[in-house]
Amino acid sequence: MRALRRGIFTTGVAALCAWTLIPIYLVALSAIGGESVVNAWPKPFWPTQLSLATLGTFMNLSGVWPATWQSAQVALLCMLLSIVLGLPAGYALARFAFAGSNLYRLLILLTRAFPVGILALPLTVTFIRIGLYDTALGVALVHTALALPFAILVSSSLFIGIPREIEEAAWVFGCSRLSAFFRVVLPLATPGIAAIAIFAFVISWNEVFAAAVLTVRHRTLTAFLLSVLSESPLHVQFAGGLLLVVPSVLFIFLVRRYLFAIWGITNR
Amino acid sequence: MAAIVIDRVRKSFGSTNALEEVSLEVHDGEFVALLGPSGCGKTTLLRIVAGLETQTSGHIRIGDRDVSNLPPRARKLAMVFQNYAVFPHMTVRQNVGFGLRMAGEPAARIDRQVERASALMHIEPYLHRYPAQLSGGQRQRVAVARALAVEPSVLLMDEPLSNLDALLRLEMRAELKAILAEAGTTTLYVTHDQTEAMGLADRIAVLQAGRVVQVGPPLVIYREPRTMFVGGFVGSPPMNFLRVRASGGTVALGGARFAVPGGGDRALLLGIRPEDLTIGDAAEGVPFALRVLEPLGSHVLLTGDVEGQQLRVMAPPEIVARAGDILHLRPVAERIRWMSAPEGIALA
Repeated sequence: MRALRRGIFTTGVAALCAWTLIPIYLVALSAIGGESVVNAWPKPFWPTQLSLATLGTFMNLSGVWPATWQSAQVALLCMLLSIVLGLPAGYALARFAFAGSNLYRLLILLTRAFPVGILALPLTVTFIRIGLYDTALGVALVHTALALPFAILVSSSLFIGIPREIEEAAWVFGCSRLSAFFRVVLPLATPGIAAIAIFAFVISWNEVFAAAVLTVRHRTLTAFLLSVLSESPLHVQFAGGLLLVVPSVLFIFLVRRYLFAIWGITNR
Repeated sequence: MAAIVIDRVRKSFGSTNALEEVSLEVHDGEFVALLGPSGCGKTTLLRIVAGLETQTSGHIRIGDRDVSNLPPRARKLAMVFQNYAVFPHMTVRQNVGFGLRMAGEPAARIDRQVERASALMHIEPYLHRYPAQLSGGQRQRVAVARALAVEPSVLLMDEPLSNLDALLRLEMRAELKAILAEAGTTTLYVTHDQTEAMGLADRIAVLQAGRVVQVGPPLVIYREPRTMFVGGFVGSPPMNFLRVRASGGTVALGGARFAVPGGGDRALLLGIRPEDLTIGDAAEGVPFALRVLEPLGSHVLLTGDVEGQQLRVMAPPEIVARAGDILHLRPVAERIRWMSAPEGIALA
C-alpha cells in the first residue's frame, strides 16, 4: 500500500515536471541545436551540433533590444502598481469589517470575467485621447488590472495570517497604524509580497494581446515577436521563444526562497 | 505611576451588550485582577482601557488624563498579550527595546533598560535569538520584559499565564508578583483562573455577564461572596449552597439549628465552604450521606448529600470513612453565608 502510494506520488511529480520541462526542452533544442533539428523527426535527445548562431541571429534582429527594455519597464511598472494598489486593498479586506466587503471580494474576481478582447477597442480609443497610447504606463495599467485581483486576494489572506495581536502590541508600544504596518506587518508579509510581485511580473511579461493592441512603435517583447517572427524562419522563432522564457524562470529562481516560505516551509 | 479610573463604561456590539456600565478604580501602584468566566467582558474591558477597542459610552482616566479618545500609543501604558505577541522578525533584544525605540529614547538608555528588564526576567542568554528559537515560557518572559522595559505607569495583562504549563505558571506567578510589587506598577490583570487572581491581586473585581458583581481583597471575595455566582466561581472546589427553609428565624438541618439574620419564615440559601465543615457527633450535626472519597494528599475531598442536595467537604487526610456512611457535619457558624433564594444575593 505504501509502495503504491509512493509510486503514484513519484509518477505525479514526474508527470508535472515533464509537463513543464518537455516544452521548454523542445524549444531550447530547436533554438540552439542547429537548423537541421527543427524539422527533424524523431528528434535527437541530445543535439548533434550545438550552436548559438540562431540565438545570435535573433538577437541581432533590429528592435529586439528596445522591445526587451520596453517589456522590462512595463513588467516592473505592473509589479509596482500591483503592490502599491493591492496591499492596501488586501489589508482593508483582512482587517476591517465594512459593509459590502463580500461583494467587494466578488467584484474583484469579476474583473477577470471581462475579456481583454472586448475592452481592447474602447481602451485604445480612450488611451489615444488621454495620451497613454503606445506608452509603457498605458500597457502597465492594463496588465495591473489583470494582476490586481490576485494581488488583493493573496495579500488579504497574507494579512489574515499575521496575528492581530502582533499589530496591536506595536500600537500599544508606540506605533501609529501606519508605522505599525511598515515596522511589523510588512516585514512579516515579505515572502507573500514577493510571490505577488513575481506573479505580476510574469503576467505582464507574458501578456501579448493588450500589449499588441495598445502599442505601435514601443512594442513589448511579446508584441514585437508576434509581429516580427511570423515572417521569420522557424528556428529563429524558437530562439525568440526561448529568450522569452528565460527572464521569468530566472526571476522565479531568484525569489523561490520566499515562495517556499508562503507554503509554510520556512527556511529562515 | 498612575491610577486607572474606569467611569461608567459601556460597550455594545450591535444589539448585544458586552459591558453594562462598568465602574472601577485601580489605585496608584495597586494590582487588580479582573476575574470572570469566558464571555463575561473582562478582556473587552481591558482592551478598552488599552485603547484597542472603543467604549460605546463612558470614560477612562489614567493618572490625571482623560484617555477615552486617545489612540493606544498616547496612553502611556504597556500590555502583555495572551499569546505573547512578540515580534517574530526581531531578536529578543529588539523586542524588549521596541517601546523605547519608538519613544525615541537615546541608545544608551535603551541598552540599559533592556539589560535591566531582561535581567529581571532571566532572559539575558537569549538576547540575540529570534522568538522562533525560544520555548513558550521564554517567549512569555520576553513579552513581560518588553512591557517592563518602558517602565510603564500602567501595565495591562491579558491572561498572560494561560498558555503556560501548570508548573511554569506557578513559577511565573510568584516571580511576577515579586517584580511588580517591587516596581510599584499599577496593574490591571485579566484572568479566568481564580487561584491566579487570589494569589496575585491586591483586589479582585469579579465580572459576570458584563457587570462587576463584587470588588474586594481576595480573602473578602473568598469568605464573603456577595452573590451565589461569586461563591461558586471563586474557590476550588466551589462554595456549597443548600436550599433551606427558615421558620421562626431558624433553619433546622437534622439535629442542627441555625439562627437566620433578620429572622422570619422564608426560603434561603445556606452557603458554606467545603473546608468550613467539620465532622462532629450525631446529636447536633447535619446528616451527610457520603458517596465519594477523593484522597488528594493534603486533604480528602468528600462528596455526598444533605437532604438530597449535593455537598462537598474537605476533611483531614486521616479521616476514616467509607462510601455509604452517614457522617454528621458541623459548619463553622461565623462562616455561613446566608443568601436570598432563589436570587442568590447575600443577606448581610
